[in-house]
Amino acid sequence: MIGRNILSIDDLDRREVEKVLETAKRMQEVSFREVKKVPALRGRSVINLFFEPSTRTRTSFEIAGKRLSADVVNFSPASSSLSKSESILDTAKTLDAMDPDVVVVRHSVAGVPKQISKVLRAPVINAGDGAHEHPTQALLDLFTVWEEKAMLDRLIVVIVGDVLHSRVARSNIKAFLLMGAEVRIVAPPTMIPPSSEVLGVEAYTSLKKALEGADVVMALRIQNERLEGAFVPSIREYAATFGIDREKLRYAKPDAIVMHPGPVNRGVELAHDLADRRPGVVLDQVRNGVALRMALLYMVAGQPSGVN
Amino acid sequence: MTRPLLIKGGRVIDPASETDGISDLLVKDGLIAAISENIECDEAIVSNAEGLWVVPGFIDLRSHLREPGEEYKEDFSSGGKAAAAGGFTAVAVMARTTPINDDPSVTHYILERAREKSPVRILPIAAATRGLRGEVMTEMDALVRAGAVAVSDDNQMINNSGTMRRVLEYATLVGIPVVVHAEDRTLVGAGTVHEGSVSTRLGLTGSPAIAEASVIARDIMLASLTGAHVHVAHVSSSLGVDLIRNAKKNEIRITAEVTPHHLMLTDENCLEYDTNTKVLPPLRSFEDRAALREGISDGTLDVIVTDHAPHADQEKETDFKSAPPGMIGLETAFSVLTPLLDANIISPMDLFRRLSTEGARILSIPGGTLAVGASADLAVVAPQEKWRYESSNGNSKSRNSPWSGQILKGRVRKTMVSGKIVFDIDEGASCSAVNK
Amino acid sequence: MNEKNSPKRLFKPSNAGPGAANNPSIEDETALETRVILDFQGVENALTRIAHEIVERNQDSETIYLVGVPNGGVPLARYLSVLIEKISGRPILVGILDTTLYRDDVSDRGSRATLRPTEMPSAVDERNVILIDDVVSTGRTVRAAMDALMDFGRPRSVQLAGLIDRGHRELPIKIDFVGKNIPTERHETVKLRSVDPSEEWPLEAIVFGRESAR
Repeated sequence: MIGRNILSIDDLDRREVEKVLETAKRMQEVSFREVKKVPALRGRSVINLFFEPSTRTRTSFEIAGKRLSADVVNFSPASSSLSKSESILDTAKTLDAMDPDVVVVRHSVAGVPKQISKVLRAPVINAGDGAHEHPTQALLDLFTVWEEKAMLDRLIVVIVGDVLHSRVARSNIKAFLLMGAEVRIVAPPTMIPPSSEVLGVEAYTSLKKALEGADVVMALRIQNERLEGAFVPSIREYAATFGIDREKLRYAKPDAIVMHPGPVNRGVELAHDLADRRPGVVLDQVRNGVALRMALLYMVAGQPSGVN
Repeated sequence: MTRPLLIKGGRVIDPASETDGISDLLVKDGLIAAISENIECDEAIVSNAEGLWVVPGFIDLRSHLREPGEEYKEDFSSGGKAAAAGGFTAVAVMARTTPINDDPSVTHYILERAREKSPVRILPIAAATRGLRGEVMTEMDALVRAGAVAVSDDNQMINNSGTMRRVLEYATLVGIPVVVHAEDRTLVGAGTVHEGSVSTRLGLTGSPAIAEASVIARDIMLASLTGAHVHVAHVSSSLGVDLIRNAKKNEIRITAEVTPHHLMLTDENCLEYDTNTKVLPPLRSFEDRAALREGISDGTLDVIVTDHAPHADQEKETDFKSAPPGMIGLETAFSVLTPLLDANIISPMDLFRRLSTEGARILSIPGGTLAVGASADLAVVAPQEKWRYESSNGNSKSRNSPWSGQILKGRVRKTMVSGKIVFDIDEGASCSAVNK
Repeated sequence: MNEKNSPKRLFKPSNAGPGAANNPSIEDETALETRVILDFQGVENALTRIAHEIVERNQDSETIYLVGVPNGGVPLARYLSVLIEKISGRPILVGILDTTLYRDDVSDRGSRATLRPTEMPSAVDERNVILIDDVVSTGRTVRAAMDALMDFGRPRSVQLAGLIDRGHRELPIKIDFVGKNIPTERHETVKLRSVDPSEEWPLEAIVFGRESAR
């Protein structure tokens, strides 16, 4: 897998996902040591190319890289209205000339990591591109569920919220289906993607029906622009109909866990206590994110065609 | 006095007279002097056209040659050469230039520059409303006298239906078609690809077919009400084709056009996020493409246009959302369409009817014919010739084509405007201006 | 850390089995000529002797921390801990320390080596750590193990027990407690395997040379 681009969950088969999760488990142990550092990627460079700001994901990748002793460089070009001076591809070509071992890319528009990967020799990890995919999030979500449930297949996973605009949803749908789970999406009709059946899920608009028998309830973040009357009439109404609280959880299995990619709009997507306490596992997801990204960087960093 | 040119032994296809057969064609003094077998003309230069087709020069009803204002992308010289290389002898240019062609002075300017620089005829399509703002109609009579062949608000619809009605009514006074770009931007939203399973897979916002169809429906009804000639630009959806077919059945004065890329590509071509596949209207589904092909076959869609839209590399080499929509197409239009001939989706006669003859009829201009006495505006094409298209080797200043690097079948070998060769593949383009 | 998952394996573990670490590319042993160089009795005898030597050298058995290097060193560390417990009369600390993340043989071909579990139930500070490996050859694995150990803390001492010393050192590593010295050719492979494939114990040591042409 060295040199492999991780642009989408489609880039991994089931066996490879298993390997990533197992490796993440090993990396988790490193994070429990006093000296949370191993020399595995010493002398290698990891570049975080974040066109869209994101402290959480970027920091997670940064810590992951540093724990592997890699040199981590953060590069945040002035946002998407790219200054006429340098196009995205020019930026990528410049970086390629610096021989990085892996480049992590985030952009607010779908497809950019793929476009960049065509120009870079180093492997590209997609840290989120528009509404397309966020594969490392899905992998850490798989890891979290695996830790909790000791299995992934035959689980019922319900994704709640703005699926239409969510890369987290798209990657998670692919990831959980790949591992044999059943996946449902539930959202107001304005937020169900067109031709959603092409994703392989059943779409619901009733939270109650969707949660029946659910093992995992994954709440998605809803962005403010959607709240202002465009896709849903108000925050209040969204929280009342699709926000997850203990009351609504009663429709799911009694040992169901609640997830969220963060940051949580408390009281909207998740009730306050679910953001902090079991059965909510939001903080575990964050913790697992570092181990997962360590695993991925470890497995992928390097240019397979030869000497650096 | 230039010598006559005798094009010998080619398959002469003339949709205007419905003739199709092996023939000699003699060009003299800028006109077609004779078409028959075994023409003898001692003074003529002979060009052997055996195995080739001799067809009326193509007429493009929709192109953006970026002059005046954005000459870094294209101008009348490079665009004209690209047109000639693609077999086009006349190209209609749209109004969104800088300055906008909403005033006769700009129309005059355009024609003057075109005369100086372009090897092919340039036909201005002036703005329908002042400043393309969709509010006040332009002085259509003056524009036509200055040389405009139609009016259009270019790449946007006239939102205010009341205004659109008045524009159409007034256009009947001048007797010109009004070209409509059917796109309800409120339905398109931030859409960059066709709304459907591909947009869901790509994670890009989709633009539904009804964004086009709902406006076509409105404009058909307004055409019916006003009796105006509405010409629907770049139809992309089966919904649109159905509406137009129905309108024609009811004898409403509608004509319509479609691009080679909509006839040959679908939204699946966008799966690699190649910004050269980002166009307006977007490439749609297989079903839509099938309906468009049926449309050129049964005549619902009258003409094929290129919607040639050059953009600089820098502008296209960005994310899918930011990239400006459009692709170049003058040089490759015929070549990318030949698979339709091979698959018997359209006959050669009908193909050239759509590329040439009907365009002349819609704009009420001479051309689109190989009749004796007509201006010698023609192309000689090699329908079987395979070649690799590299957009960087093309005549256009811009290179934004999704076909770059591909092997195409079918090639234009010669193009002639008023009897003068403006493109000859054996020589590279000869390029003096012949705009008349 | 979630205890639920430590013993249970969700997926089939790769590279399972003792001794596999030394020889990552064994595909078809049965096709290669194999020789037993130390039978199971010899193994157990050697380990018994090593256990005594360890106790003799480390009088304060309370500070002994046996750390097995996966994969081969793990069952040996466990067995030794049982032996030493019998001798010293007190329970002995056992840990597992994977060295994969400390290796010096990084290549960018194919895939990175699979990681094995690390379980260090106690801190290493002030302890006499005895690294246990099944076969010591170049010494690079031991070097990596020492680097890993230093990241866990500051042991009072680090000693090395190796069941089989097959020579070919590339680093100045000496074995404190050797089971048996067995000279081999560079191209040969030495590993431990279960006498009965369905049982983890007892183990025997085998050697096989690689076929010249495949």
